[in-house]
Formats: sequence, C-alpha cells, structure tokens
Amino acid sequence: MAIRNESLKTNLTGYAFISPFIIGFLAFTLIPMFISLYLSFTSYNLFTSPRWIGLGNFEKMFTNDPKYWNSVRVTIYYVFVGVPLRLAFALFVAMVLNTASRMVGTYRTIYYLPSIIGGSVAVSIMWRNIFSEQGIVNHFLMAFGAAPVNWFGNATAALGMLITLSVWQFGSSMLIFLAGLKNISPEMYEAASVDGASPVRKFMNITLPLLSPVILFNLIMQTISAFMTFVPAYVISKGEGGPLDGTMLYSLYLFRQAFMFNNMGYAAAMAWVMLIFIGILTFVLFKTSKMWVFYESEGGR
Amino acid sequence: MSSTRAQKGWFWRKIKWPIYHIFVGLLAILMMYPIAWMLLSSFKESRTIFATANTLLPAQWMWDNYITGWKGVGGYSFGHYMWNSLVIVAISTVGVVISSAVIAFGFARLNFKGRNFWFAIMMVTLMLPHDVVLVPQYIIFTKLGWLNSIAPIVVPQFFGAPFFIFLMVQFIRTIPKDLDEAATIDGCGKFRLFIQIILPLIKSSLATAAIFSFYWRWEDLLGPVLYLNSPDKYTVSMGLKMFLDSESSSNWGAMFAMSIVSLLPVVAIFFAFQRHIVEGISSSGIKG
Repeated sequence: MAIRNESLKTNLTGYAFISPFIIGFLAFTLIPMFISLYLSFTSYNLFTSPRWIGLGNFEKMFTNDPKYWNSVRVTIYYVFVGVPLRLAFALFVAMVLNTASRMVGTYRTIYYLPSIIGGSVAVSIMWRNIFSEQGIVNHFLMAFGAAPVNWFGNATAALGMLITLSVWQFGSSMLIFLAGLKNISPEMYEAASVDGASPVRKFMNITLPLLSPVILFNLIMQTISAFMTFVPAYVISKGEGGPLDGTMLYSLYLFRQAFMFNNMGYAAAMAWVMLIFIGILTFVLFKTSKMWVFYESEGGR
Repeated sequence: MSSTRAQKGWFWRKIKWPIYHIFVGLLAILMMYPIAWMLLSSFKESRTIFATANTLLPAQWMWDNYITGWKGVGGYSFGHYMWNSLVIVAISTVGVVISSAVIAFGFARLNFKGRNFWFAIMMVTLMLPHDVVLVPQYIIFTKLGWLNSIAPIVVPQFFGAPFFIFLMVQFIRTIPKDLDEAATIDGCGKFRLFIQIILPLIKSSLATAAIFSFYWRWEDLLGPVLYLNSPDKYTVSMGLKMFLDSESSSNWGAMFAMSIVSLLPVVAIFFAFQRHIVEGISSSGIKG
C-alpha cells in the first residue's frame, strides 16, 4: 500500500511538472487541429455557422483554383531551390571557417548576423529596396554590363529575390554544421593525408559521411521552416503575393484566403493538405536517410 | 627537384593566409553590404537614396530622418510602438522561460508513467507547421473576445515552447544525478530540488531561451497582424509595415531610420550575449 502510494505520488509530481505542456498542447494544438479538420469539410466565413460541404474544398483546390496550383508551384520552387542552395552555402562557409585563425570568431559573427535579424520587417523592407528598379542590385548588374532586371514586374525574378534573401540567411545552418565539423577528429584527415587522399576524396569519404546526421537534421528543419515562410513574401509584396502571383507562397495564399476573403474552411483544408505533404516528405527523408546517414556509434549504417 | 618542391611549399605557406583572408573578408563584406546600405541610407536625404544607391556614404548627413521617423505614422510615435513591443516581449519571455523550465525538469528528472509518450508528443509538435492551427486558433481567440488585445500573443507562451523545453532537457541531462540523490536524502522535495539545485545550474540555457524568445516576439509580424487592429496597440513590426504602406509620401529616409531603430535592440543583445547565442544554435539547432 505504501509502495503504491509512493508511485502514485511520483506520477502525480511528474504530471504536475509537465501539466503546462499538456494543457497548452490540448488547448492550442490538439483541439485546434480537430477544429481545423472539421472546418476543412465546411464552408465557413466566421459570421454564419459552418456549412458541411464534404470534399468541396479539396475538389475546388485540386480542380478549380489555378491560384492554388500557382502557390504550390511557387512554394515548391522556393523550397527545392532555396533550401539546397542555403545548405550548400552554409556547409561551404562552415568548412572554410573550420580552421585555426584568430579572425574566425569575427567572420562567424558577421556571417551569422543576417540570420538573427532575418525575420524582421526591417530586413524585408530593405530587401524590397535594394532590389528596386534603381536599387543597388541593378546598379551592380549594370556595372558588370548586364541589363537591369525589373524585379517587381517579373514573377520569376521576384521569386529569385525571395530565394536570395533566404540564402543570405544561411547563418544558423552554418553554425550547426560548424559544431558538427568540430566533432570530426583531425586524426581522420591526417590518416587520409598519409594515404595520399585528395581534398575532394577527403570531403567525400570523411566529411560528408560523418556530417550526415547533422545534414539530415538541417535538411528537415530548414525544409519545414521554408514551407512556412510568410513574412518576407508578405512584406515584400505588400500582402498581395505579386507580381503576377510570383511571390504567392503557400502560407501567404492560405493567409489571404482565411483573413482577407474569410474563407476559413478553404484555408483549413489548405493547411491540412500542407500538413500531410510535409508529413510525407519528412517521412520519406527519414526513411531514405538510412541509405545515406552514417551513425558512428552504430558502427556503420 | 626536392628543393623546388620545398620552395613551392614555402611560397604556398606564405600566401595561404593572405588569400584566405581576402576571400573570407570579401564574402563578409558582401554579407554586410545590404545592412550597411540600409544604415547609411537612413542618413541620406529621401529623394537622393535611389539616385545614389551605388554609393554608401551620404553626401549630407540627415539626422532629421530619425526625428521625422520617430514621430511615426498612424498618429502614434515610434516610441509608442516600441513600448507596445517591449510589453509583449517582456510578458512572453517571462512566461515561456519559466514554464519551459518547469516542464523540462519534469521530463528530464522525474520518472512517471507515460513520460516517453508525452516527450514524443512534444518532439512531434516541434516539427508541426503552425499553419495547421492558425485558423482555429484565430476562431477560438475571437470567440473568447481576445481580439485586439495582446492575450492571443502572450497567453500561449505560458504553456512552454517545445524548442526551449528540448534545449533545457538536454542541459539538465548533463547534470549528474548524484546531486538529486544527495538532496533527496537530505529531505529535499522535488519542487525545492528544481528551484534550489537545478535552476541555478541551467542558467545559461535559460538565458539562451530568453534571448530567442525576445527575438521571435520582437520580430513577430503574424501575431500582431492577426490580433491587433487598432494602431494604439501596434508593435514595432506593424509600425514599420505602416511606413511601407504609406510610402506614397516616399519618406524613405525616415523609413530606413526607423528600420535601423527597430533592429538596435536585436543587434545590441546579439553582441552582448554572442557566446550564449552561438552555443544555443550549435547545440540545439534553434533557427535564427
């Protein structure tokens, strides 16, 4: 009896400590998810009660809303071009900085600073202006003899501008790579040097495999957050997703459907499609990672 | 033959570092150029900003931009928006750091039934895109009558944030368990153990969480856009957005000046707590 009371007390203490999480999870995540699932099968404008329309929202989305497909296309382009570029750049800089030099700390700070201010409206405003018709980017292009680009009149160019912004903020991935690189023992490289391995071979046979868990982590976190990108597209296009819907990222289109057109049901359906898509993508990444992620502690794959 | 190779090695060693620093330094300049451009544009006369976009230094230093910018838009001064942001940030940060620490202690040090289950749930919510709860949360907060108040932004912070909980759990796990046992033998309860022993030892992870909470709330735009609809409650982000919307007046100088002002707290904290921030990122993968 005493023992039972003891374990009951232990359990109660445990739950008391994590209770804020459980309450928050139920109130702000689980219940909203069920509401969202329900709303995705309804037509709801916030003012009249939701009307059940079955698969109507999904039908419209997939067959009758070119703007939706455009936002999917823009987002996929943004994620599948932006994230690899950003990670490649981050890894490259991390490798360059993974050396003994007194200046490394300063460089690391400079490369990381854009990421820390990256989410702010100020940076989006700045980006809008350096890419404007008479902005510095066009000045540079002309200085090198290239034609200036009308970044705000061309859907592809506008998306390119957003991707550049995301690549510029490679700092946090770089720091994670740097931490990973520091964990690789220098003896590995020394041994390879003795065997006469070229830098490329060292990179392919030592750096990449030993860094693969960190690459997987970065890849998954960056992909998810890239899918969620909202602020730069919203600020740079002044909420319109223009020009020609070129910066109409999925989150922005969802936001517009929900809060500008009051199509709450449609937005909920969009959110669920996104959730399922990200879920599948993450699952595939984890599954295929068995083929390329190398865990040292497991002595191989 | 061997002497030429030695000479080549000598030459390479001599120029290796200069080349390295030129390369890395140029890249650093490229990274900082947009920020420097914004900073110096904030001192230029509005109508010359684009005409002189390719030069960094203003022909004439216009401190007035900061004065006109500070007067703000929408009938409120920029100081008003700064104060609103500060209130939101302060309440949110206190809430999220305390609650996350309590939850983290529970996960890291208490053995209870279902612990692994809830920990797994927490790790899943860590990766859950928030778009999926955006609409229902908005509806719930509207029904609660919380619209046009800071409650929808600050209240959820009091229930812990998965990122910070995970970060603190990792920290607590590095503290030897003997400490707990010794304290327990001395008759120390779990709550006292948490407050008096664990909490002082995880100070640096508390600081990391506080810094990132500050950044995210300060830079947050979606929360204010959704929930605050009268200009007297607007935050810094909203104030800047209003500048952009009213750009027909094309007071670029003032807009850049206030952009710089809005970044000052962020940059100041960054330089003050650089080590914590960098460690926080490297060990937990919190995004910047």
